[in-house]
Amino acid sequence: MNFDPQRREFLKGATAVSTMTLAPGVMLYARAPDEPVTGAVRWGMLIDTRLCQEDCHACVDACNTEHNLQDLGRPETDAQWIRKLNVRDPLTERSVSMPMMCQHCEHPPCEDVCPTGASFRRADGIVLVDKHTCIGCRYCMMACPYKARSFIHENLDEQLPHAPRGKGCVESCTLCVHRQDDNDHTTACADACQSDGHKANLFGDLNDSNSEISQRIREFGATQFRADLRLNTGVRYQGLF
Amino acid sequence: MAPVRYATLDAGRPYWGLLVVLAGLLGLGFLGFLHLEHEGHWITGMNNQIVWGIPHVFAVFLIVAASGALNVASIASVFGRTDYKPLARLSGLLAAALLIGGLAILVLDLGRPDRLIVAMTYYNFKSIFAWNIFLYTGLLAVIALYLWVQFQPALERHVRAAGILALLWRLVLTTGTGAIFGFLVARQGYDAAIMAPLFIIMSFSYGTAVFLLVLEVTCRAAGRPLGDALPRQIKNLLGVFVSAVLYFVLAYHLTNLYATEHHDFEAFILNFDSLYSKIFWLGQVGLGSLVPLALFYGPKTRNCRSSAMVGAALVILGGMFQLYVIIIGGQAFPLVMFPGMIESSSFFDGVVASYIPSVWEFMLGFTGILISLIALIAGMGALGFLPEDLSDPAEAG
Repeated sequence: MNFDPQRREFLKGATAVSTMTLAPGVMLYARAPDEPVTGAVRWGMLIDTRLCQEDCHACVDACNTEHNLQDLGRPETDAQWIRKLNVRDPLTERSVSMPMMCQHCEHPPCEDVCPTGASFRRADGIVLVDKHTCIGCRYCMMACPYKARSFIHENLDEQLPHAPRGKGCVESCTLCVHRQDDNDHTTACADACQSDGHKANLFGDLNDSNSEISQRIREFGATQFRADLRLNTGVRYQGLF
Repeated sequence: MAPVRYATLDAGRPYWGLLVVLAGLLGLGFLGFLHLEHEGHWITGMNNQIVWGIPHVFAVFLIVAASGALNVASIASVFGRTDYKPLARLSGLLAAALLIGGLAILVLDLGRPDRLIVAMTYYNFKSIFAWNIFLYTGLLAVIALYLWVQFQPALERHVRAAGILALLWRLVLTTGTGAIFGFLVARQGYDAAIMAPLFIIMSFSYGTAVFLLVLEVTCRAAGRPLGDALPRQIKNLLGVFVSAVLYFVLAYHLTNLYATEHHDFEAFILNFDSLYSKIFWLGQVGLGSLVPLALFYGPKTRNCRSSAMVGAALVILGGMFQLYVIIIGGQAFPLVMFPGMIESSSFFDGVVASYIPSVWEFMLGFTGILISLIALIAGMGALGFLPEDLSDPAEAG
C-alpha cells in the first residue's frame, strides 16, 4: 500500500493537534493509518445497568447492522456478537439487564488456548480473531468465560469490507475496530444507546484519566464479570448486585 | 525361549475383500465430510453452545486409546515381562493406527480443514492444543522408531530405551489431552488438575480393551493359535485399569461435592434427571465398568474368553459414554457468570444447551475408526506384526 507523503505529514500533525486537551475531561486520540497501534490507549466500555432497559435491544440491532450479522432463523448457530443478558437474584428478586459481549480482557483465555495464535490482543486492548489463521477448532469458545464467541456455521454473502466474515472461523465483538482505526472513537452499540436516550453504554479510553469513562469509573466504581479470574476486562459494569 | 516367528496376514481373497469393503465405507465417510465442508457446520448438531460434539468423542477416544494400546509393548520392553514380548509389535501398530484415525477426525472436523498447513506452521506455545499437535505427531515418530528397533534383530539392545521413550511420551501425551479440559478455567465441569491423571488411566483402560479385542479377533480370523494365558493376563490387567478409572472418577466427583460452588454441576451429572446423568450411571458406570468387572472376575465367567471379549467391548462402549459425559455434558451445563443468580438471554445463557448429534457427525467418527482399521489390517498384511503361534508355552512345546 502506498501512502502519500504529504498526507502522512498532515496526519502526523493532525495527531499531535488532536491529542491536545480540548476541554476538561475531553481528550481526542488520533493515529495515522501507518502508525502502529500502541498501548498508549486502552479502549474499553462502561455499562450502567441502572440505565439499561430490559426491553431495549438498540445496541444489539446496531451491532448486527454495523457488521451485517443476519438472523438465519437458527438461533443456536446464528452469530451473536452482543446479546442482552438478564440476571435475577432469586432471593431479592432484583433484576438487571445488560449488554454482554467480548470483555476484551488484558489476559484473554481465548488468546492463551488458540493453537495458531489467531486469537490475539492488540496493544490498544482490543481482542480480535485473525481470520487468516483461524482454523476453526473452537477451543477459544470452550475457554471464554463469557460465551462471547460465535462460530460461523454456514456460507455468508453480502460481506462488508470493514467486517470480513467467513464460514469455519470464530468471531466476536471487535469493539468496532474499523471505527477506531478510522479515528472515529465510538462503537455502534454505544452510539445506539446514546441516541436512544438511555446512555447506559459509554465507550472510551481507560488509560486516559481525563476520559469520561475513567472519571465515571473512578467516581462510582465498576465491576468486572468473573473478577475472580483476574482477566482485567476492558468492559466494566455499574449497578450490579 | 524359542525365537518368535512372525508372519504377515494371508493376503488372500478374504483379506482383500475386507480391505475393499472398508475402503468403500471410508469413501462414503469422505463424501460425508465433503458435504459437511461444503455446507458448513450448521448441518451438524453442534452449535455455539456445544462447540465440540460426537466427532470429538470419537477422536479423543481413539487418541487416548492409542496411548493405552502401547501398554502391552511397554510391559514387555520396559518392565521386562518376556511373555508379553511377542505382542509388542502388534501393540505398536495398533497404537499408530488408532492415533492416525483420531487425528483424522480432529482435522476433518475443523472449520477450516484446508488450513492444516496453518496449524503446522503457526504455533502459540502457551496453548496446550499447540503442544498436543507436537505430542500426537511426535508419538507417531516414536512408535515408528520403537517398531523399527523391534523389527531389526541387530538393534535388539535398543528396544528397552525406545520402549522407555514411548512410555514417557505417551504419559505426557495423555496428560496433555486431559489438560485440554483441565486448563479450561471458566467451565464448571473442567478446570481440574485431576483431568490429566484421569485421562492417563482412561487411556490404559480403553487401549487395553481395544488391544484385547483386536488380538482375539485377529487370531481367530487369521487362524493363529492363541493360548489362554496371555488373554487372561491382559483381561485381569484391564480389570485393574477399569477399577482405577472408577477411583479417579470418584475422587473427581467427591472433590466437587465438597465445594458448594460445584453442587449444581454435580447434581446435573449425578442426580439422574439429565440425559448426561443417565449416561453416566447406566452407560459409564454400569454397562461400561461394573458389568465388565463382573465378567472379568465373576466365578462363572472369569475363565471364559468370550466373556472377556464382551467385557472389553463394554469397556470401549463405556469409554465412549464417559467421554460423552465429559466433553458434551461439560459444555451443556450452563456457563456460570453470576454465581447464585438466574441468567437468561437469546444466546441460551442459564439453560442446559441442547445437542442432537447428526448423521454427519457419526459419519466423521466412523471415518476415523475406518482409517484406524484399514491402517491396522494393511500393516498386518504388509509386515510381520502378528506371531504365527501364540499358544501357551506348555501347549506349544
